[in-house]
Amino acid sequence: MSRRQTYAAAFVDALLDSMDEDRTVSLIGSAPLGLGPERHLTNQLRDRHPNRVMDPPTAEGGVASVGAGAAMAGVRPFVDLLTGSFVYLAWTQIVNEAANGFYMSGGKLPVPVTYHCLEGVRGAGAPQHSQSPHAMLWNAPGIEIVMPAMASDVYGLIRTAIQSPNPTMVFSHAKILGVESAVSDERAPLPFGKADIKRKGRDVTIVALSIGVHHALEAAELLAQQGIDAEVVDPRTLVPFDEEAVLASVEKTGRLVVVDEMPLRCSSASEIAATVAEKGFQHLKAPVQRVTRPDVPVPFSPPLEQALTPDAEQIVCAVRRITAEA
Amino acid sequence: MTTDPRAMRWEFLEKMLLIRRFEEAVGRFGADKDFPGHYHLYIGQEATGVGAMAALGEKDRIASTHRNHGHVLARGADPMAALAEILGRDAGLNRGRGGTIHLCDPDLGFLQTSGVVGSVVGLATGGGYACKMLGDGTLTAAFFGDGALEEGIAFECLNIAALWKLPVIFICENNSADAWGMAKGGYPTLVHASNDLRSIPGSMGIEAIRVEGIDPFAVYDAVSTAAARCRAGEGPLFIETMTRRWAGSAPLWPELATGITDIGMATGRTAIGDGPHRDWYETNDPVLRLARELAAEGAEALARVEQIDRQVRDIIETAAQRALASPFPAVETAADYVFAN
Ligand SMILES: Cc1ncc(C[n+]2csc(CCOP(=O)(O)OP(=O)(O)O)c2C)c(N)n1
Ligand SMILES: [Mg+2]
Repeated sequence: MSRRQTYAAAFVDALLDSMDEDRTVSLIGSAPLGLGPERHLTNQLRDRHPNRVMDPPTAEGGVASVGAGAAMAGVRPFVDLLTGSFVYLAWTQIVNEAANGFYMSGGKLPVPVTYHCLEGVRGAGAPQHSQSPHAMLWNAPGIEIVMPAMASDVYGLIRTAIQSPNPTMVFSHAKILGVESAVSDERAPLPFGKADIKRKGRDVTIVALSIGVHHALEAAELLAQQGIDAEVVDPRTLVPFDEEAVLASVEKTGRLVVVDEMPLRCSSASEIAATVAEKGFQHLKAPVQRVTRPDVPVPFSPPLEQALTPDAEQIVCAVRRITAEA
Repeated sequence: MTTDPRAMRWEFLEKMLLIRRFEEAVGRFGADKDFPGHYHLYIGQEATGVGAMAALGEKDRIASTHRNHGHVLARGADPMAALAEILGRDAGLNRGRGGTIHLCDPDLGFLQTSGVVGSVVGLATGGGYACKMLGDGTLTAAFFGDGALEEGIAFECLNIAALWKLPVIFICENNSADAWGMAKGGYPTLVHASNDLRSIPGSMGIEAIRVEGIDPFAVYDAVSTAAARCRAGEGPLFIETMTRRWAGSAPLWPELATGITDIGMATGRTAIGDGPHRDWYETNDPVLRLARELAAEGAEALARVEQIDRQVRDIIETAAQRALASPFPAVETAADYVFAN
């Protein structure tokens, strides 16, 4: 059986089930679903587990430390850091404390904390409320990185994140919370490091993350009308990263477009492109294309913001650039 | 700016009304979706911004937050440029790059207007460091909310300012009374174990006082005294300005909960009925409060209050129309200003 659910509703279900199952799971955060209409869904958590939902002060560094320390001491906090831009206030606690804990202790001290934020170009966030720290975090060994795109992904990935013995950061794009998609009634934790082929195709591989998956699927429909059959690969987790699935798809199609709503330099798209260049060069019939933001802060003014933000049309253009002669 | 207290009252009224009418225009733009995204109105705190700015010198520096509209206007920014910025237009104070949360006029001494809660405390401490190093007798004033003291940066930089005796006035606008808070589904409000915020700077030897934030003269006096002491090299001071939260900023998204301000409630032409906002109209609204005090002086004063209101409404109405009609920045300029030349 399957039904439709919003990303936000599946997110809350994952927390509810995790809290029901394990009494050491708690939520530190008043509004993990942000300022939009979905925010009220988290009331279910408060109602069911009033003693395990903590309303913190505005103290991102503080709650990130508390999360890491509590995890070292044997409980499993889910710590919400609000807007992705504020993750920088908690950077040392995540990157230098949580992510180093297990290694630095010689494998003796697991740090099973889960962090979450709403990242990305949220619309009118201006430079200080639009950042996406996931690619920077990919440069910090020791933390698992989860980028769910749909209701069907976020439930299982959050379940796994909370059960994981490692520190994990879940990035939800602020604009996909209300997006509905099909979910099955039998849901279970999803393994990390397993990409999901969101659409099968022969001509070009589009690897996309989070909101990029939605843009890529829309682009694939437009491309289909032009006779181009795109495959959309959603890695779902950056750490661990499913190289095999990406390489297998590129082997089949011979062409790669990578979509990441980040500034271009050192974006996740860059890392994925480099991986394929290194390990799948022989499969490539055309240069790899990256669809990202330019290296510019996100402006407030709506037309400027729109011009700088990747969308389906930009993906279509990138695909056309490398399929023109095909 | 005059320093004659009787004349000053009129200047205060004019500026406070200007901010009020400006914020009402922003509230209407917001409700009409003339600009996207979250925003914060300064309604209820006008007396703080106006009183404080009047006590600062022309060369002093200022750092502000997400709730900045009243600060830039009180300092003298062009209302049309400020509105245009909120609408994301090219004629905006910041060419549409910053929007409502980042209105900033460096020509008037503003350092960054940061939307990162707590950041201002640090940036203003840096401003004070520069003032001291330049040795020109200037200071930096930091405007921030009560929430800033929940962040670690506030503790770190109050300590630095105290240790190095930096000329900084920390103005903490405490609008937490009557707020709902996140846990109740409203706008975030103070979540602090300290029930007297003055004790935080106090523990570092920074003298901290509390004043009524709806009384522009109390704020003016406090900031004047603090400024004199800063300039004399005594180091930083901390002023907590107390206001009740305006009903329109209790929910997560602002709304003009108390309607468009009716100056008749100050002049006596409009009766204040029973209702949920009676206390606001009668006591807590700083604009009505000052207007009422002035209008009570006689028929001439009353007429002057009404005339100022009409003038200010005209200014804002014209600014709003011009801002709405002004163009967005050209898309080709989107990558401008990433670096200075
Ligand atoms: C570092 C950071 N964390 C969280 C937020 C979200 N946020 C925006 S306004 C606000 C409340 C700020 O309260 P206060 O400083 O008292 O200012 P007020 O809005 O009450 O004037 C919060 C938590 C933010 N902007 N920055
Ligand atoms: Mg406040």
